[in-house]
Amino acid sequence: MKKYILKRLLMSAVILIFVAFLIYVLMRCLPTSYLEQVARQKSMQPGSKSFDEWMAQLSATYGMDKGIIPGFLAWCGRAIHGDFGDSWKWTVPVLEKFNDSVWISFVMGGIAFILEILIAIPLGIIAATKQYTKVDYTITVVALACFSLPTFFFASLLKLVFSVKLGWFDLGGLVGRNYEQLSAAGQLADKAHHLVLPIITLVVINIGYLMRYTRTNMLEVLNADYIRTARAKGLSERKVIYHHAFRNTLIPLVTMLGSSLPGLFSGALITETLYSIPGIGYVSYQSMVAGDIPFSMFYLVFLAILTLLGNLIADILYAVVDPRVRIA
Amino acid sequence: MDILQVTDLKKYFPIKGGFMNRVVGQVKAVDGVTFRLKKGTTMGLVGESGCGKTTTGRTILRLNGGKTGGEVLFNGKEVYDLSDKELREARTKMQIIFQDPFSSLSPRLPVGEIIGEAVKEHHLVPKAEYDDYLDRVMDECGLQPFHKTRYPHEFSGGQRQRICIARALALNPEFVVCDEPVSALDVSIQAQIINLLKKLQQQRGLSYLFISHDLSVVEHISDTVGVMYLGSLVEYGEKKDIFDNPLHPYTKALFSAIPIPDPKAGMKRIVLEGSIPSPANPPSGCKFHTRCKYCTEKCKTETPVQKEVEKGHFVVCHQF
Repeated sequence: MKKYILKRLLMSAVILIFVAFLIYVLMRCLPTSYLEQVARQKSMQPGSKSFDEWMAQLSATYGMDKGIIPGFLAWCGRAIHGDFGDSWKWTVPVLEKFNDSVWISFVMGGIAFILEILIAIPLGIIAATKQYTKVDYTITVVALACFSLPTFFFASLLKLVFSVKLGWFDLGGLVGRNYEQLSAAGQLADKAHHLVLPIITLVVINIGYLMRYTRTNMLEVLNADYIRTARAKGLSERKVIYHHAFRNTLIPLVTMLGSSLPGLFSGALITETLYSIPGIGYVSYQSMVAGDIPFSMFYLVFLAILTLLGNLIADILYAVVDPRVRIA
Repeated sequence: MDILQVTDLKKYFPIKGGFMNRVVGQVKAVDGVTFRLKKGTTMGLVGESGCGKTTTGRTILRLNGGKTGGEVLFNGKEVYDLSDKELREARTKMQIIFQDPFSSLSPRLPVGEIIGEAVKEHHLVPKAEYDDYLDRVMDECGLQPFHKTRYPHEFSGGQRQRICIARALALNPEFVVCDEPVSALDVSIQAQIINLLKKLQQQRGLSYLFISHDLSVVEHISDTVGVMYLGSLVEYGEKKDIFDNPLHPYTKALFSAIPIPDPKAGMKRIVLEGSIPSPANPPSGCKFHTRCKYCTEKCKTETPVQKEVEKGHFVVCHQF
């Protein structure tokens, strides 16, 4: 097992280098260049140098005068030492900006993720065990409806009902108007209060997929011969479903959940924008649009690392739930 | 003493289709099966594939949901009248060994748990004796104690079938449905498993319903034999009577297909014309009339009933 993990880690490192290179090439080839924008602005000022002169000066300052491959190698050299440079757009160190915005997304995504699991998996199991009954049809139709709702539409609807009509929540933002005057516990409660609608949005939008996935896998297992064996043993229906059937449904579920872990750090662009929450999804979107290479490089490579790690963890968890993988 | 008494058992499966999944027809998988099984004996159930042997076995054990008609009396009690709780208790007395030892064992459970789970669930032995009991059952079925912690995929087909047998026998049943227990195994292993089943029957006084399409296996293990065609039992009696003196035209044709281990002996095959009709739309009258060379007008319209031609030898045919 140790050897296996080591081998996988080495492979992941190689993959990571190629992924980082691809991202760098793409960032350099983007039609929106941060430097061009700055140069254009500066050259507009009266009595300033020409656009080309500004361009040459800025390129040298920002290290963009080198070709793509030397530029990438230079980035790698600094990144290995943990130096990701300063963000162009935010004018603070990349890590600082990232640290400022990622945790709120993580908390929001994490709570939504746990709620999704707690709601969708039991619903999927119920729908599967009561296949083709009214319960099943109701769950399936509701899940499909949630699944098909566009985020912006659903979020606007929630805001209309709960903020505008009922006035239970603020329209947006992470903190209320009197945040500064609150005690520490009050500040936390204020933040939690502001996260209710975004989390509901995330959960409702994502629940359908996970529920259908559980249902499909559960149905497949419920029709297996060994479930008939379990019934023939005279086990209670609860034991048949949770001990025998669900155990076998866990494998595809673990894969799916493992691969969705990096999503916790990538934030939720649309939801964060709609509720004006300064999370990583919103920040990274703005960085990419502005052509902020240091921030985008760090963010995308970070996600790549998480994806690779997620896959590795899923594979290790496989071995935990599936004895057949354990020996290999 | 009859341990099992099956009377006119019927199991139809609905065919759904069309708008709103309406029931548009029925597959008559089991359509009139009547027999008795004496305690400590084996009844062989033979017939070509798709004739309803497996469904019969599962319907007797109430593993297929409801039945469509008829009676299943196990130790004098109707199986379909038991409450869920009574049924679960009764399951320890009536067990099944499935055809496919590869898919009928949960891949995620160690063998010890597969065999012992239900023993614990039903509190069949005191906790202190549980480990010894498990070892003893496994030993009887030719498994080693260290197999307990292994998983099903680590075993060969024959060993897996032994696990299935040990699993069924751990509950100390009185009656076991063996649903083609050897058809997925190669011939040398088949003999081992058959002999194991016979040995266990002698030791424990088990009763078997042995479902198979392999006539020589059935001849070896059975006391009585039933022949099925298209969901119905067409002939049923003592093994000797059935094999030496088959009466129903279908039985005659079926048994003429047994190979004789002598190249010089001429085989007199009775070859049936046409193919087996669909159980969703069985022929009227006698179901076999479309392929029977003795077919008369009566056979086409009138459904024959079971008649006792000799003592304990029942045939469903208008000739008798």
